Amino acid sequence: MKIPLKYILGNFKTRRLTTGITVLGVALVVFVFAAVLMMANGVQKTLISTGSSQNVMIARKSANGEIGSIIDGESVNTIMTLPFIAKNAESKPIASGEPVVIINLDKIGGGMSNITVRGVSKEAFTLRSQVKLREGRLFNFGQREIIVGTSIEKRFNGAKIGDRVRFAGDDWEIVGVFDASGSGFESEMWGDAVQLLQAFNRSNSVSTLTLRLESEEKFEDFKKAFESEMRLKNFEPETEKRFFEKQSEMMSIFIKVLGIFITLIFSIGSTIGALITMYASVSSRTTEIGTLRALGFQRKSVMAAFLTESIFLSLAGAVLGILIASFLSFFTISTLNFGSFAELAFAFALSPSIVISSLLFALFMGILGGFLPAMGASRLKIVDALRSA
Amino acid sequence: MPNIVEIQSVSKSYKRDSLTIPVLQNIDLNIPEGEFLALMGPSGSGKSTLLNLIAGIDRPSAGSVIVGGINVGTLNETALAAWRSSHVGFIFQFYNLMPVLTAFENVELPLHLTKLSKKERNDHVRKVLDIVGLGDRMDHYPNQLSGGQQQRVAIARAIASDPTIIVADEPTGDLDKTSAGEIMTLLSRLNSELGKTIVMVTHDPSAAERAHTQRHLDKGALA
Amino acid sequence: MLIKLLIKNSLRHKLRTMLTIVGIAIAVIAFGLLRTVVTAWYAGIEASAANRLIVRQSVSFIFTLPYAYREQIARVPGVETVSFFNWFGGVYIDKNQFFARMACDPNTLLDVYPEFITDKTDFENFKKERNSCIVGSKLAEQYNLKIGDVMNMDGDIYPGQWQFTVRAIYKPRDKTVDATQMFFHWAYLDERMKQDSPGRDGQIGWYVVKIKDPGQSAAVSEYIDGLFKNSRAETKTETEKAFQQGFIAASSAFISAMNGMSFVIIGIIMLVLGNTMIMSARERTREYAVLRTLGFSNPFIMVFISGESIFISLLGGALGLLLMIPFVNGFESAMPKGWFPIFNVANSTIVLSMVCTFLIGVLASLFPIQRALKTKIVDGLRYIG
Repeated sequence: MKIPLKYILGNFKTRRLTTGITVLGVALVVFVFAAVLMMANGVQKTLISTGSSQNVMIARKSANGEIGSIIDGESVNTIMTLPFIAKNAESKPIASGEPVVIINLDKIGGGMSNITVRGVSKEAFTLRSQVKLREGRLFNFGQREIIVGTSIEKRFNGAKIGDRVRFAGDDWEIVGVFDASGSGFESEMWGDAVQLLQAFNRSNSVSTLTLRLESEEKFEDFKKAFESEMRLKNFEPETEKRFFEKQSEMMSIFIKVLGIFITLIFSIGSTIGALITMYASVSSRTTEIGTLRALGFQRKSVMAAFLTESIFLSLAGAVLGILIASFLSFFTISTLNFGSFAELAFAFALSPSIVISSLLFALFMGILGGFLPAMGASRLKIVDALRSA
Repeated sequence: MPNIVEIQSVSKSYKRDSLTIPVLQNIDLNIPEGEFLALMGPSGSGKSTLLNLIAGIDRPSAGSVIVGGINVGTLNETALAAWRSSHVGFIFQFYNLMPVLTAFENVELPLHLTKLSKKERNDHVRKVLDIVGLGDRMDHYPNQLSGGQQQRVAIARAIASDPTIIVADEPTGDLDKTSAGEIMTLLSRLNSELGKTIVMVTHDPSAAERAHTQRHLDKGALA
Repeated sequence: MLIKLLIKNSLRHKLRTMLTIVGIAIAVIAFGLLRTVVTAWYAGIEASAANRLIVRQSVSFIFTLPYAYREQIARVPGVETVSFFNWFGGVYIDKNQFFARMACDPNTLLDVYPEFITDKTDFENFKKERNSCIVGSKLAEQYNLKIGDVMNMDGDIYPGQWQFTVRAIYKPRDKTVDATQMFFHWAYLDERMKQDSPGRDGQIGWYVVKIKDPGQSAAVSEYIDGLFKNSRAETKTETEKAFQQGFIAASSAFISAMNGMSFVIIGIIMLVLGNTMIMSARERTREYAVLRTLGFSNPFIMVFISGESIFISLLGGALGLLLMIPFVNGFESAMPKGWFPIFNVANSTIVLSMVCTFLIGVLASLFPIQRALKTKIVDGLRYIG
């Protein structure tokens, strides 16, 4: 004989306050759990869209990020002669040698941060097709003009069309705003590579070189050709995707480790909260349990009833927690990416797997928290239970 | 004998959701000093309510309850609490001892509301525990005592601060015949030897017999 | 005796009280961990000295300043010592070894950073040898470096293979000083640049200026910046504290997220404790009514209930603090080495935790108190748990 669901659920109504508090507690824990996963996922998503696997990025070996890399003009020319590079309509390699620097701007709302300024060639827009002009116009090559990513325009002072940014001894006018499908490029400013090189007095030493391969599969072949060229021994190729991924590895690891620690701690706390509630639930219904058993319900039915109650509480809390967490997806965080030493904006990204993980997590807590009390309830001797009236 | 308790035109009703339920209708009652009164009546007759009014743990909806010359209905909560501590000794049906305190400590509890020194408190407690015959079980916890013994501790607690009146709500309700008899003997002694005024609510005829006076309540009115 | 009543009441339901204490302890650990991460972030500010100014390229920290500025800055009224550094970066062993690697001016290093304590003879040796370096004691410990060991580095900003011999080790004067830094001769860097990349020599990363009077920091900063205004490399001079704060501001979103989480944690503690208190108070409805019958006043009941709540809460807080240290250490070892050069549980964190648990003890008892006082004595007496 199974104990009717109505009995189990009816008990929630009687002990509304403590039930509500327990559910809220679980909801908060699940919220934090989901929020951390959403942050890590958000960073991941930004990176995935930042790099294409058909593009290859060349940087100096052992460079920590684009900032630390330098490729001199001669090496750039050598690289351009390698095979497997896609060519454009004029049979020139689709490549963009990019000097990358960091400048400081004030954030709207106080404080300052570092912004990546990237000098690009015309091919950069072919290489990065996700970059699309949204407002204003593209900068004129040969002039000291720049376009800014939407994330920068939104968050920083003096980053609107018409504003001038001062660096390298000159004023650069912002003439356009671009978005880039939520990728890392949205946190950058772009200008003419030649102009930037001149301004920074770097002759023709760029930071990195980005090329398009004939096809994704040719990467290994390209890499072999690259490595067999002795003049290029100081540099290494990487798919663009992987390159940017590595630049945010530190941040991802940090978020994940902190997240795991916090979640671990929280889950123990939440299980304890569930334990307290369930034990109290059992002890207040000792007479009822005795009565049910006297009526003929089996021990395991009693156990199942209480376990169900605990699972129900946890799942209710989980749903609430996920619901609140889903509101986070309206927010984007922009913060310093330790790897690139510059701003990176990413959103809280909810995914089906996060929802499922959260539910499983809560389920696990519910089972853990309900198991012992439920077992205790099922083990009560009928006479003892009835006598405790 | 002067009247210790004077109840004049007292009515009491309760509000349950939107319903007003009358419990006591226009009660007049005088209780002289040294009286041992038993209030009887069927369940729902209002006898416990009347007791609660006398003990100062509830207020009348109308009329006045004067105990020891003080109109208790006019006192505010704080004053009422202070008044109770020195004027009322309450004995409950289910003893209501603090399970985490020993018999000694349970009896000592109300004395903390007085200005007695520790030594004076100790003496008092020992004295009343002797009176109720539990001098040798001072350090026992309630769960180590029988029902009758627990009630005796409760009685000791009730008389510890030498109150004006003793109020008992079904004092023998949870006891077997022998223990009930012992308790009633004790209460009789308190009344006859120590002159304590006792108002008792009971539906047990053998308990009521031990009182001097019996009054009946039915549907909120004194018969 | 009333204290005894209070304590005994708390321990009546041993299992539940134990669970509550553990629950609170756990939340306190989480709280402590988050706060420690946040304070680690602010470590740079803690280590700042009021009489140090940082002069950097105004556009951004990564652009260099001419070495020639040095003399001009030294002549500014109020300036006591001028030192300078270059961020070297590079790779030591592999890309996952995070610690500061900088070129410095050995002659003025200890003047501007008196918190580096080092052996006089060793330091003289460091000064004499062009390609030597000085490392912090914590760094030496992490990599098992002794005087005479050679550190091989693969430069990125300054390309090529570099070798430095450890000639001195510095100890931090107090807890706030970063003991994981490595410094070598700027002259060595400059020499190499003249050889390998002419045009990149004669450049320093930033100046550290020690001023005579901290009260003059704003004036001196302005003066210095005025010297180089409208030049090719304009400067931005600010106190070391302001400089560090700039970095933190860049990560403010992150820090806010962590502070936000700390609040959530406090909320959770309150819920756990509040839940327990509500249950306890509810069970004792009759007892509270009896106490009030006996004449104990409402204020007494309030103190009684909140006393129990605070007692449990403080026990949980104390247990949490005890366990916090091992947890924090565990977290530090799980993070890539060198991520947070300074990672301690700050005194402020300890104090904050205890104050919070106390307040939570009070707050968690509010609802049960309200309920207990609102219940009429007669109703309370009738209550069956």
